[in-house]
Amino acid sequence: MKRFDAIKEIVKALRNELVVCNLGAPSRELYHIDDREKTFYMLGSMGLASSIAFGLAISKPDEKVLCIDGDGALLMNLGSLATIANNKPENLTLVVIDNSSYGSTGNQRTYTSNKTKLEIIAKGAGFESITFIDSEDKIEKILNSLGKGCHFVLIKTQPGNVKVENIPLNPEKLKERFMKSFSIKT
Amino acid sequence: MNVDLSIYNSIKNSGIDLILSLPCIMLKGLLTVIEERKEIQHISLTREEEGVGIAAGAYLGGKTPVILIQNSGLGNSINAIKSLLYLYRIPVVFIMSHRGAEGEKILAQIPMGQLTPDLLDLLNIQKFIVNSIDNIKKITLAIRTSIESKSSVGIVLQKKLWSD
Repeated sequence: MKRFDAIKEIVKALRNELVVCNLGAPSRELYHIDDREKTFYMLGSMGLASSIAFGLAISKPDEKVLCIDGDGALLMNLGSLATIANNKPENLTLVVIDNSSYGSTGNQRTYTSNKTKLEIIAKGAGFESITFIDSEDKIEKILNSLGKGCHFVLIKTQPGNVKVENIPLNPEKLKERFMKSFSIKT
Repeated sequence: MNVDLSIYNSIKNSGIDLILSLPCIMLKGLLTVIEERKEIQHISLTREEEGVGIAAGAYLGGKTPVILIQNSGLGNSINAIKSLLYLYRIPVVFIMSHRGAEGEKILAQIPMGQLTPDLLDLLNIQKFIVNSIDNIKKITLAIRTSIESKSSVGIVLQKKLWSD
């Protein structure tokens, strides 16, 4: 399984969730697989996907928020795990697609290819719901089974990107489209 | 009225509904007021840049957040300020204590302290320097400016404010 395959399975489990997606290849692949108004694609600020999703979750407690993050990005912002776990919004699922590489910059290896285990860091940070997935056919079912709560889900994949077009949306328009999709006036 | 309470009231009365903070010795009193009053949702950060991400998410969700930090943390946030806030036109109010300014005793604070006002200019963040009790009204003005112009602003709290 590569990231692209994992995203396809995640998309099958989506209903009305607000989605925040890590920048670069993950956002491009997600856009290509299933563009939806309720998805916020990151275009910069590597590492902040989980923080943006957390900010959204605490502001919209009646919406479910799903974050698609990556191992390289999360390693840049590990403190975010402590902030999220301690404040524990009941409407947030943090999905980390861990392909042990910086996929958007040439698949250089990250430390998760060696000793580092993000699911154990998440546990140490205080997450109570942690799921490890390494087979494609379990993703949809597991995501569907997660109820209310603050969940950490790690999907272990192989490195590799699928060549897809850049996201053609202007950042400001993308923001406005996203906010309007759940009735926030811009 | 005491300085910290005046700052707090300016923040509260301006419609701020989320405070994201990292401590600074200069902000000790203000953070105590925030914690005691429990009127505004308050979340502690692990690093300032994280706060930029949370503030952006909160803004998307309809909130009006402030990031309350020491000026040193402005340096930790630069890329996120440009490639997230500026790129998407997401306005955030920064309130920062100004260490390393006139009268600073800790050498390590001085380089960043001297850079802070120019850095705000470089980042195109309108700055509001608050260094006297009379100046506290600038906080209200700054927050209103941010909300109305949909741009980020930087409120710089200087040490003189507390000895005024």
